[in-house]
Amino acid sequence: MDVRRKNNVTVTGREDGPVVMLAHGFGCDQNLWRLVAPALAEEFRVVLFDHVGSGRSDPSAWNEERYSSLEGYAQDVLDICRELGLRDVTFVGHSVSAMIGVLAVLREPERFAKLVLLTPSPSYIDEGGYRGGFSRADIEELLESLESNYLGWSAVMAPVIMGNPDRPELGEELTNSFCRTDPRMARVFARTTFLSDNREDLAGVTVPTLVVECAHDTLAPREVGSFVRDEIAGSTLVTLDAHGHCPQLSSPGPTAEAIASFARAR
Amino acid sequence: MTSRASPDPDPEPAPEPDGPEPGDGGNPEDDLEELYENTPCGQLSSVPGGRIVKVNTTLLDWLGYRREELVGRRTFSQLLSVGGRIYYETHLAPLLRMQGRVGGIALEMKAADGSRLPVLVAASVREGSGGRPALVRTSVFEARDRRAYETELLRARQEADRERERVQQLATTLQRSLLPPALPDIPGTELAAHYHTASIDEVGGDFYDLFPVSGGRWGFFLGDVSGKGAAAASVTSLVRYSLRAASASDPDPVRVLANLNTVLEHENHGDDPRFCTVIHGLLTPGEHGCELTLAGGGHPPALLMRADGTAGYLHTPGGQLVGVLPDAHFAATTVRLAPGDTLLLYTDGLTEARAVHTDGRRREREGGRYGEEALLDFAAGLAPASAADAVTAVGALLEGLGEGVDDDTAVLALGVPVSRKAPETPGTPEAPDGPEPFRSP
Repeated sequence: MDVRRKNNVTVTGREDGPVVMLAHGFGCDQNLWRLVAPALAEEFRVVLFDHVGSGRSDPSAWNEERYSSLEGYAQDVLDICRELGLRDVTFVGHSVSAMIGVLAVLREPERFAKLVLLTPSPSYIDEGGYRGGFSRADIEELLESLESNYLGWSAVMAPVIMGNPDRPELGEELTNSFCRTDPRMARVFARTTFLSDNREDLAGVTVPTLVVECAHDTLAPREVGSFVRDEIAGSTLVTLDAHGHCPQLSSPGPTAEAIASFARAR
Repeated sequence: MTSRASPDPDPEPAPEPDGPEPGDGGNPEDDLEELYENTPCGQLSSVPGGRIVKVNTTLLDWLGYRREELVGRRTFSQLLSVGGRIYYETHLAPLLRMQGRVGGIALEMKAADGSRLPVLVAASVREGSGGRPALVRTSVFEARDRRAYETELLRARQEADRERERVQQLATTLQRSLLPPALPDIPGTELAAHYHTASIDEVGGDFYDLFPVSGGRWGFFLGDVSGKGAAAASVTSLVRYSLRAASASDPDPVRVLANLNTVLEHENHGDDPRFCTVIHGLLTPGEHGCELTLAGGGHPPALLMRADGTAGYLHTPGGQLVGVLPDAHFAATTVRLAPGDTLLLYTDGLTEARAVHTDGRRREREGGRYGEEALLDFAAGLAPASAADAVTAVGALLEGLGEGVDDDTAVLALGVPVSRKAPETPGTPEAPDGPEPFRSP
């Protein structure tokens, strides 16, 4: 299958610039980078994509088994890199994509120059001394939340939203048209996002890594950022004075600057 | 009316602490404030960081909070259930930032006493200088009854999904019962079959089988009963057992089909007549290959792929649809398969598939269908092919036609393997690398 179509890959920025690949997290799509990508495009070759099951990815590429594990998403990242012939990639993963990036780096470290983990969480569930911020029951509640919000999703609209990549205006006319996802796929992605535990994988990361956290993140407690920094040898932690879980939207300037200065450093 | 507790950074119309009662003809400013406070939906304003800067009486009453407990102290997302909070952070907040407004979002708010309040939320951003968001205004609609109704709908849909799964399971099981679980081993012959299901909800009417008959020979058939679903399946079952029973007493293909015709024709007295197309055959293993006698009843012709790379249709002229006429005519033809030859039987789900050219144009000549001509080209490109390779290739072809295949398709291939020790040399004794082959009677 054509990887560009499968993952709705878009490439912008300086053609001869170093590659920065921006990966969105659970809940939205590459639109999440719209305030950050233009700033990076001046200096870098910016690669954006939608995870299968999100945004304008190809719905026919989705299958429950593959996308019930972060490994499936990591394989897609590697497929995109291979298809586009990307080398020395600075991979920027937001939220769950931070861990997807970690898994991709573990598989093919030679492909990546650097790793930026934006508001990462290797595990959202509290366990023993580790504080991820949520209990299993909380996550079940989230899944219910998703369920009730997808009552508005109709199967009739699905092909309009997802099946017309050449006619995006069809999707734009709908309210809340960004970030609309087939509920079945969203449920699987939610489960995978919030029930995965990748704490053990962090220590294997060998490429230079920057951890970016928000001072007021409502989804990941402050100690998670330090935990990730401590597990990845040689990594640095930057705390943005930002609210919420999406600093690329709430503080796009500082977020872009943090990514750019790390990606550009030798 | 409740008096305000803290200074308000939200530049809404300023409140009058002891305004006139509603409806007393006071000035419009007071009425607006009264409307804000007691309008039948909750109103809440917050700064982009999340801190609540203004909230109306309706929402305070619903949640059981005092104004000073919320204003300047809490964020909107802190008033949500945990699931709602994650949803807010991962969906609502990004949407709000990108679109400037969201609506119809279902959430649960947590009241002061811990109870839950199902709500529908709409929110919009008021931009400040430089287009940066300055204020988020949120309207909250109580949705207890609506949520209960939605929960019922959801449950009904889940129930329907489960039922559908059961129906599919049933259809799959029934379908499987109409096909042999595995093809037998016939020494000196290679067999392969494939069943392509067009709809997982319905049982198709296609069938095939291969089984031993007297004299070391084998009977086989492949066909298609008209219609779909349970009614067609019951006829398929009848057809299958009739063909096998008739073959047991006399395996001659023409007589087997005549027998089936009588059985079906006797069945067809209701208002839902059923008929079928079928090719029935008799396989006689020989020294260096086998002999096949085929009788056809209204079925698309079998395809013969020769070891020399040629392909052609094997017609059984004059064979009529089975089960329509009391004295239908069937004719037989005989063919010898040498090493490297393969015979392919298929149902019209393949040839009737809606097909487009690789350049996207519909096939005009065959009425937009894949057609026998295309299949012959395909077979010519394939030959020579073993039975397994032929069936795999046709399976891939069906996959490629995708949703164009709107009917089930059965494929059965019989071939004579090329001997490994003496490949493609006619007359060379077959290498005894398997069990002793059946002898021609």
